[in-house]
Amino acid sequence: MAGIPSRHRSLFLLGGVVLLQVLLLAVQIKRDSQGRLIRVWTVGAVSPFERAGAHGIGGIRNVWNHYFALQNTSRDNEQLKRENDSLKLQITQLQAKAAEADRLAGLLKFRQTNVNVPMVAARVIGGGPSTASFTIDLDRGEHDGIKRDMGVITPDGVVGKVIESYKDTSQVLLLTDKDSGVGAMLADSGIQKPVGGTGESLLAMKYVPNEDDVTAGQRVVTSGMDRIFPRDLPVGTIVDIKAGSTFKQIRVKPAANLERLQEVFVLLTLKPLDLKHEFIAPAAASTPPAGSSASAANPGVSEKQ
Amino acid sequence: MNINDTFDIRTGELHIEVHKFRAGAIFLAAGLALVLQAFLPVYLPKVGILDLPLLITIYFGLSRRNPSTGLLLGCLIGIAQDALSGPTVPVGLFGIAKTIVGYLASSIGARLDTEHPAARFALTIVFFAVHQGIVVVTQHLLLSQPQRWFTVHLGVAALINAVVAVFLFLLLDRLRKPS
Repeated sequence: MAGIPSRHRSLFLLGGVVLLQVLLLAVQIKRDSQGRLIRVWTVGAVSPFERAGAHGIGGIRNVWNHYFALQNTSRDNEQLKRENDSLKLQITQLQAKAAEADRLAGLLKFRQTNVNVPMVAARVIGGGPSTASFTIDLDRGEHDGIKRDMGVITPDGVVGKVIESYKDTSQVLLLTDKDSGVGAMLADSGIQKPVGGTGESLLAMKYVPNEDDVTAGQRVVTSGMDRIFPRDLPVGTIVDIKAGSTFKQIRVKPAANLERLQEVFVLLTLKPLDLKHEFIAPAAASTPPAGSSASAANPGVSEKQ
Repeated sequence: MNINDTFDIRTGELHIEVHKFRAGAIFLAAGLALVLQAFLPVYLPKVGILDLPLLITIYFGLSRRNPSTGLLLGCLIGIAQDALSGPTVPVGLFGIAKTIVGYLASSIGARLDTEHPAARFALTIVFFAVHQGIVVVTQHLLLSQPQRWFTVHLGVAALINAVVAVFLFLLLDRLRKPS
């Protein structure tokens, strides 16, 4: 640049540098290259700083998130707790509704499978006010055809029987009441014996001689001999057996959840019925009526004297 | 004359000082601007509206007031920015623009007092527009990639860059050696 005036040198330099870059662009377009060498050098030079910067920012973020940003955490925490409580309540309500829906679906299915059986669904509206008796109140009464001594069941099993019927309500004596009883038999062996309440949560199967073979876990169903409940309705399951002086002391856990009844069916007839039950085991369903033990049973037991 | 020389230009009544910077300050600032421009938008996307390499080019152009060093610095910064921008940006696109901006900034800096924040604000907007214009022309003529000359986003970007420039230039003034 010796011959170029000094005030024009920078202008020429500008022209040269711009021209070189235009050529560089042209080369990239022409050869479809991407200036890889320049990029590799530049990125190689800058990336360590980028990495260090990213590490630094990560550290700053970490400090910020774990220390300075915590001043809002307490407020957020309280809000989340409130939301959590609200959601828990909603979940509980939804679970209750789902359980109710399941229960009602079960009742409906039971009702549909026994469409020819005269029965009426009733809602439990109250319980016995005394601990001495196990009774429940239903929202159906004489207007719905309910009469004294009618059987009360759920799809799970026997509940009890109607002991009083009023205009629009009725009272049911639960199977667990010490004055209650039902004609029953062992589903496996067909041994027929009465099952009665004990005033506790478990029932008692009575008059089973010590020499009879009874084991825990055996299912107890109605025998149909009491003329209140149809045959083969689940009564419960044997949970405890003790030898007595003459008869075994047998405890039976009720098949129906008598402590949490909400809806039941009242059988609107005192005649023997033929209910269809999905929950009756094939072995039990095919078991012929007991022979030798039948005479020992008390077929008419519905309410002990 | 080398890059760290200082001298006064006296033209009539006008007195313009050429500033000298601490050793490596120019390259350090340029490198830092490139690094920040490359990775800050990853964490703060809105920061991408800033063109820190352009602001560095403008600042050192205005301060050094030497067109040759100004255009070479702009060229290096622009090419580095191209290289870091990935294969979709051809090397030379921002290089050409920043070369010209560096030259213009140095030339104007040699004739005007650019120390006042208002002057810096206005000049940054002008140079941002020039830079954008050159990029659009380059894309249009050399790369056959027509772009819009002006958008609201670009207008906002020009204003934001100018505001940031005012404060950034004050910060960079601290890198100067005392005269």
